[in-house]
Amino acid sequence: MNSIQPATVVPLNAAPSGDAGVPQPPVSGKGFWRRALRHRSFVVGGALTLLVISAALLSLFWTPWPVYEIDMAHKLNPPSSAHWLGTDMLGRDIVSLLMVGARTSIVVGFIAVGIGLLVGASVGLLAAARRGWVEELIMRLSDFTFAFPALLSAIMLAAVAGPGVVTSITAIGIFQIPIFVRITRGSANAIWAREFVLAARASGKGKFRITIEHVLPNILSILIVQATIHFATAILAEAALSYLGLGTQPPQPSWGRMLNDAQSLLFQSPMLAVYPGLSIATAVLGLNLLGDGLRDLFDPRLARER
Amino acid sequence: MSVFILRRLLTLLATLVGASVIIFLVLDALPGNAAEMLMGADSSPEALRAMTIKLGLDQPLIVRYLHWIGGLLVGDLGNSYSYGTPVAELIAERLALTIPLAVMAMLLTVVLALAAGVYTAANHNKVGDVGVMAVTQFGIAIPNFWFAILLILLFSVKLQWLSAGGFAGWGEGILPGICSLLLPAISLAVVQAAILARVTRSAVLEVLREDFVRTARAKGLTRRQVLWGHVLRNAMIPVMTLMGLQFANLLAGAIVIENVFYLPGLGRLILQSIANRDLIVIRNCVMLLAAMVVIVNFVVDVLYAVVDPRIKASEL
Repeated sequence: MNSIQPATVVPLNAAPSGDAGVPQPPVSGKGFWRRALRHRSFVVGGALTLLVISAALLSLFWTPWPVYEIDMAHKLNPPSSAHWLGTDMLGRDIVSLLMVGARTSIVVGFIAVGIGLLVGASVGLLAAARRGWVEELIMRLSDFTFAFPALLSAIMLAAVAGPGVVTSITAIGIFQIPIFVRITRGSANAIWAREFVLAARASGKGKFRITIEHVLPNILSILIVQATIHFATAILAEAALSYLGLGTQPPQPSWGRMLNDAQSLLFQSPMLAVYPGLSIATAVLGLNLLGDGLRDLFDPRLARER
Repeated sequence: MSVFILRRLLTLLATLVGASVIIFLVLDALPGNAAEMLMGADSSPEALRAMTIKLGLDQPLIVRYLHWIGGLLVGDLGNSYSYGTPVAELIAERLALTIPLAVMAMLLTVVLALAAGVYTAANHNKVGDVGVMAVTQFGIAIPNFWFAILLILLFSVKLQWLSAGGFAGWGEGILPGICSLLLPAISLAVVQAAILARVTRSAVLEVLREDFVRTARAKGLTRRQVLWGHVLRNAMIPVMTLMGLQFANLLAGAIVIENVFYLPGLGRLILQSIANRDLIVIRNCVMLLAAMVVIVNFVVDVLYAVVDPRIKASEL
């Protein structure tokens, strides 16, 4: 590995505009964390995200009450020392339901963004490396998919394959692909135009090797930021689909489903409609702030601009 | 100008054809025969066969596709399996609710977002800016259907000002109709306005730095004149791009919100049709929504050229 180190090449006159601006070298080491811990969005977003993730992880081993156990004798109980946030219409503990709901959201979001990121980034890298008609074809195809918001593709899938977790993961994942294709192609094209890529080509490296060794490491930070932010979109989409009954099916707890259940009880137990929504908002706000924070930390010039 | 529009028009047509092929392939060619779905998996083979022929599913794929597209062009969308009425009638009836809802939501979005965006940019880094931006951060994180439920909780359950849902139809008069669409439109608009306000703010900030803004101020125009006349117009390109995309989100969001408020719009029709396995209704509704998304974005593209004459010259 004695090629030119891309990490040291920083264009001095690059315009810091928009998401697809010239990507920054990956930041690493102690300096990153020192700056990170002083960055407000990063800290707040990181804390909220951590809260949701730890609730989900904890639910794998422990919940205050079993979530699949129906206890009609204690239905719609108000908050108490036994049930911190009360119980739902089947007597299930709200805190436990929220914890397992967090797990559902995270699993769906993670796999869906994983699909979008892996497929989208690969295709985007291919488009940037090949250019010409391949790029044109890929971009036109990704235009088509923009006509179908996640909800619409989920509806089509639910109509043929039936509702369920797999349907919502697939629909959200497919919708994320063109987003990542565009981001990846845009930022990869900027890297391909740089001098160190020219040097690598002159030294006889093939397009595949250049993509892996030079292009990908340089756009990684952008992809991480986008993956964080689109994780939030995926959680919102999952909640909407489950609310409509197209996503996660009962008895598997999910935040969207809980909101649907709560709506018919608005007059009796209005708070049941508050907790799941707050959980969704916490997760989404956390991820959005974390993404904003990461963007600033990866690209300090943008932070100064704002 | 005409060359620009012609090229965009060709792209529009290609996208519509592409979208229709995708919809057709997903809904008609994926495993799971429509006849079997309709009659249940345990129905007799003879009955299935009869239903298959009745639905025209024994024809080759391409013939069925062309038959559908041919019908679309003359406004004949076939009959709904479950309602037994022409799909075109069903959809037209439902659009009378969904279109006004989406338009109301879009108007609210634009008014809220432009006001907040220009205000925050003009007061960059002051208390008002920071405060409004914090509010938008929350606005983005809130799911619109949860916000809708909270609005119902406040205005219908606690204050009892507005009904918790339902729609009596436009026959009852314009004002009652608008009243029952008010909460749904607000819940759709708030989230979108939060996003649009942030984009407007950064676009306005970018333009404020330009030399012509200083020149305009120097020649004696007031701050307000410069802001709304010169700056906003130049900041419109990114704002309009987003508005186009947001209209698509509003249409998709309407599917959820209509269900929160039990409004008989396109969204409820789609969900009911999924429950009834009425593929022919779903296919046409999805095509309609996709077409609206594509057409709105086409209009935005053309408007670019109106707002910014430089685009014509450079031919994006």
